[in-house]
Amino acid sequence: MSPVSRKDRMSLPRTAMPERDPVERAHGFDEVNLGFTTQMAVLEAQRCLLCPRPKCVDGCPVGVRIDEFVRHVAAGDFGAAAATISADNSLPAICGRVCLQEKQCEGACVLTRKDRPIAIGHLERFVADFSRTHRVDRETPSPEKTGKRVAVVGSGPAGLSCAFDLIRSGHEVTLFEALHELGGVLVYGIPEYRLPKAIVAAEIDRLRDLGVEFVTNAPIGLAETLSDLLESFDAVFVGVGAGLPVFLGVPGEHLVGVYSANEFLTRVNLMRAYKSGTATPVHDVKGKRVAVIGGGNTAIDAVRTALRLGAADASIVYRRTEAEMPARHEEIRHAREEGVGFEFLTAPVEFLGGSDGRLRALRIVRMELAPPVGEARPLPVPIAGSDVEVPVDVAIVAAGNGPSPLLRKSAPDLIHGARGTVQADPATGRTSMKGVFAGGDIVTGGATVILAMGAGRRAAASIGEYLRSGQWEIAATEEAAG
Amino acid sequence: MFLIRDAHLLAPSVKRFWVGAPRVAKHWRPGQFVIVRVDIDGERIPLTIVDGNKDEGTICLIVQAVGATTQAINLLEAGDSLTDVVGPLGTPSVIDTLGNVVVIGGGVGTAIAYPVARALHEAGSRVQAIIGGRSREYVILEAELSEVCEKVYPATDDGSYGWPGLVTDVLSDLLKRGGPIDHVFAMGPIPMMRAVSEVTRPGHIKTTVSLNPIMVDGTGMCGGCRVLVGGGTKFACVDGPEFDAHLVDFDILSTRNGAYQEFELAQAASCRAAPS
Ligand SMILES: Cc1cc2nc3c(=O)[nH]c(=O)nc-3n(C[C@H](O)[C@H](O)[C@H](O)COP(=O)(O)OP(=O)(O)OC[C@H]3O[C@@H](n4cnc5c(N)ncnc54)[C@H](O)[C@@H]3O)c2cc1C
Ligand SMILES: Cc1cc2nc3c(=O)[nH]c(=O)nc-3n(C[C@H](O)[C@H](O)[C@H](O)COP(=O)(O)OP(=O)(O)OC[C@H]3O[C@@H](n4cnc5c(N)ncnc54)[C@H](O)[C@@H]3O)c2cc1C
Ligand code: SF4
Ligand code: SF4
Ligand code: FES
Repeated sequence: MSPVSRKDRMSLPRTAMPERDPVERAHGFDEVNLGFTTQMAVLEAQRCLLCPRPKCVDGCPVGVRIDEFVRHVAAGDFGAAAATISADNSLPAICGRVCLQEKQCEGACVLTRKDRPIAIGHLERFVADFSRTHRVDRETPSPEKTGKRVAVVGSGPAGLSCAFDLIRSGHEVTLFEALHELGGVLVYGIPEYRLPKAIVAAEIDRLRDLGVEFVTNAPIGLAETLSDLLESFDAVFVGVGAGLPVFLGVPGEHLVGVYSANEFLTRVNLMRAYKSGTATPVHDVKGKRVAVIGGGNTAIDAVRTALRLGAADASIVYRRTEAEMPARHEEIRHAREEGVGFEFLTAPVEFLGGSDGRLRALRIVRMELAPPVGEARPLPVPIAGSDVEVPVDVAIVAAGNGPSPLLRKSAPDLIHGARGTVQADPATGRTSMKGVFAGGDIVTGGATVILAMGAGRRAAASIGEYLRSGQWEIAATEEAAG
Repeated sequence: MFLIRDAHLLAPSVKRFWVGAPRVAKHWRPGQFVIVRVDIDGERIPLTIVDGNKDEGTICLIVQAVGATTQAINLLEAGDSLTDVVGPLGTPSVIDTLGNVVVIGGGVGTAIAYPVARALHEAGSRVQAIIGGRSREYVILEAELSEVCEKVYPATDDGSYGWPGLVTDVLSDLLKRGGPIDHVFAMGPIPMMRAVSEVTRPGHIKTTVSLNPIMVDGTGMCGGCRVLVGGGTKFACVDGPEFDAHLVDFDILSTRNGAYQEFELAQAASCRAAPS
C-alpha cells in the first residue's frame, strides 16, 4: 500500500494516457491511446482512496470490484487484479477502451468532485493487456462436461460473453454469425484506431481455445430458424444487435454520396477499404468536404475515419450542443485535436443534388434548445428562417440504429416490442419462446458494450439454471411480456 | 471455403457454377440470393440462387462478368473455391397459384427468373416466359425454362434468334392478342424492368420486379441497398429484392447503381458485358 496520506493522494494529478501525436494519427489507423506503462499504472492506482463504500462500483453497470482491482494494481499484483476484473467482466481489454467511463465508473468516483477521477478505464485496459501479453490470468480448469448443447446467435459482445460463461460451465457451445467475420460492432463499427482488431481477435481465439465452435456466414432466421435450432440444441441465446441504420427521412437522402454511418464504417473497417489491394470501394473523400450528422460514438467514429481517409474538411453536424453529445468525452477531445469541425445546434433539412444525382450541398437550419421536460434532454427546435445551404461532397448519417431485422419474420413466437426489439426479462434474458434467451442491443435498442456484455452473462447464468432444472416458468417471465 | 463442384460457360462471359454450400442448399427458397466473397480481400457481391440440391448440399449460381469481382469468379473452375457464401438472404418470392403468369428475363436476369418460373409452375400456375439476349448466344436457360413453361419466347436485339427486338415487344404482342395475363415478373437490367413496368401499368397488371441495388452486407445493416418504393425507403436485401414494379422509383435505383463507376473504371481490365 502506498505510504502517501489520504490528503496528499487527493491532490495528486490524474495520470495522463500517452497518446499518438494528433497530426500523425489523423492520417492513419494506428491506435491513438498507447497504454499506461507499469509505472504509470501503479502510480495512478495509488491515488485511489480505497473508499469503504466505493461509489465507482455502483457506477459500473456490471459492478466490477474496482476498489479491489485497483488495490492489486497499486500493489503491483496484476494477476490478482485481472482475476478480480474478470469475475464481473469477460471483455476488460475492450471495455477499458470503449466504456463511457465518465458517465459510469469514473463519473461516480468520489474524486470526480475534484475533477480528477481515478482513470479506471485506463487501468482496466492496462490490466487486461498485461494479462493477455504475460498470460497471467489464463489457467481455467476444464469444467466437467454437462452434455448440454447451446446455440448462440450473433458474435457481438452479448454473444461472446454469453458463450464464454457457457463454455466455462461445461456446456457445448456453437456460435452462429451472419457476417464473414466475428465480433459484431466491435469489428464492423468501432474503428481500428480506437479498438484494434487484434484485441477482439484475441478474445475470440480464447473462446475457440476453450472449445466454442464458430459458424460464420449463417444468417439465422433465413437459414436455420430458432425452432430448427431448438431441435438440435437445448437452449438458444439471441444476441443479434441493433444494426439497422436509421435515416432522417429528409428529402434527398437517396442521393449518391449520402451514406449511413454503418455503411461507411463497414466499408472501411470490415471490408478494409482503407487498404490498397482490397476490392470494396468507399467514396473517395480525399480533398472532399464531409459532413457527419449526429452526436454519438458512431458519428465521431465516422467523422474521424473520414479525416483519416484524407477529407479536406470533416465536420460534425449536431442538433443539440456539446453538453448533450452522447459520445465518449475522450473521443470528442481526440476528434477536436485532430482537426474535426463541430457545428452545434444545426440540423439538415434537405440533401441537395446535382443533375448527376450526386450530393452537392446540405440545406441546414439552426436550432435552439427548448427547456427540457422532466428527465428528458433539452429539445432542439428549429429557428424559423435560419436555413442556409452549405456545400458538401459526402454526408454520413449517424442518427441511431434500430433492432436487426433478419430474425423477425421467421420467429413469430418471439414477442417483439413496438420498435422491433425482442422482449426478454432483464434479469434472466428469458423470452416468450421456451428455451430461447436474448440480450444486448436486440433487447434494449442501441446501447453499450458493457450493457450487452452484462446481459449476455446474466442470460448464461439463467441458461445454466434452465438446463439443470428444466424449469422455464419463473416468476420473471411475466414481467418480460410487460 | 466453399468448393466449386462444376463450372460451365453458358454464354459469352456468363458462367454456371454448382457450389458446395449445404446450409444454403437446405434452406433456400426461390427469389432468395447469396452473398459471395471470392477471396479474403474480396468484396461481398449478391448472386441469385438459381437452383439447389439438398442431398448433394450444392447450389447453382449463374454469373455474368461485368466488373472486377464477377470476372474473378468467372475465372474459377471446378475444384477451385469461394472464400465465403452467405445465405440464403432476402425475402422469398410469394409463390401462389397466380393464374396466367408471364416471367421475363433479360440477359443474366433469366437466371434470376428461372427459379421463380419453376416454382410458379409447381404451384399450379400457367407460366409463359420471354427471355431476351443481345444475340443468339446470349439467350440462356431456354431448355430448362421449356420444361416448366407452356411457351418460351426468345427475343434478340439483332434478330439472330427468336423474336427480333426487345422482350417488351413480345409482351405487348401477347397483351394485344388478348391472352389473359394475371401477373408479370420481370428480372434483368433496370431499363428493361422499367420498360416492362410501363407496358403493364395502363392495364393494371400486377408486376413484380427483382431489384439489384449495390449491396454490402445483405443483412439489413448498412442501408446501401435502400430503394424508394411507394414513396418509402426499403432495404432491398431484407424487404426485397422483389417489389411491386409500379411503385418502384427506377431513376433513383439507376443513379445509385452508378455510385462507384469511377472506382470501377479505375480497377484494371474492366470489361463491360452487354446488357441485353
Ligand atoms: C460505430 C459504433 C460505435 C460505438 N461505440 C461504442 C463505444 O465507444 N462504447 C460503447 O460502449 N458502445 C459503443 N457502441 C455500441 C455498442 O457497440 C453496442 O451497444 C454493442 O456492440 C451491442 O452488442 P450486441 O452483442 O448486442 O450486438 P452487436 O455488436 O451488434 O452484434 C450482433 C451480431 O449479430 C449478428 N447478427 C445479426 N442478425 C443475425 C442473425 N439473424 N443470425 C446470425 N447473426 C446475426 C450481427 O452480424 C452482429 O455481428 C458503438 C456502436 C457503433 C455502431
Ligand atoms: C439481389 C441481387 C441478385 C443478383 N443476382 C445476380 C446473378 O444471379 N447473376 C449475376 O451475374 N449478377 C447478379 N446480380 C448483380 C451482381 O451482384 C453484380 O453484377 C455484381 O455485384 C457486380 O460486381 P463486379 O465487381 O463484378 O462489378 P463492378 O465493378 O462492381 O460493376 C461493374 C458494372 O456493373 C454495375 N453494377 C454494380 N453493381 C451492380 C448490381 N448490384 N447490379 C447491377 N449492376 C451493377 C456497375 O455500375 C458497373 O457498371 C445480382 C444483384 C442483386 C442485388
Ligand atoms: S466495465 Fe466499464 S464501467 Fe465498469 S469499471 Fe470497467 S470501464 Fe468502468
Ligand atoms: S470511488 Fe474513486 S477513489 Fe473511491 S474507491 Fe472508487 S476509484 Fe477509488
Ligand atoms: S445490403 Fe446492407 S442493408 Fe441491404
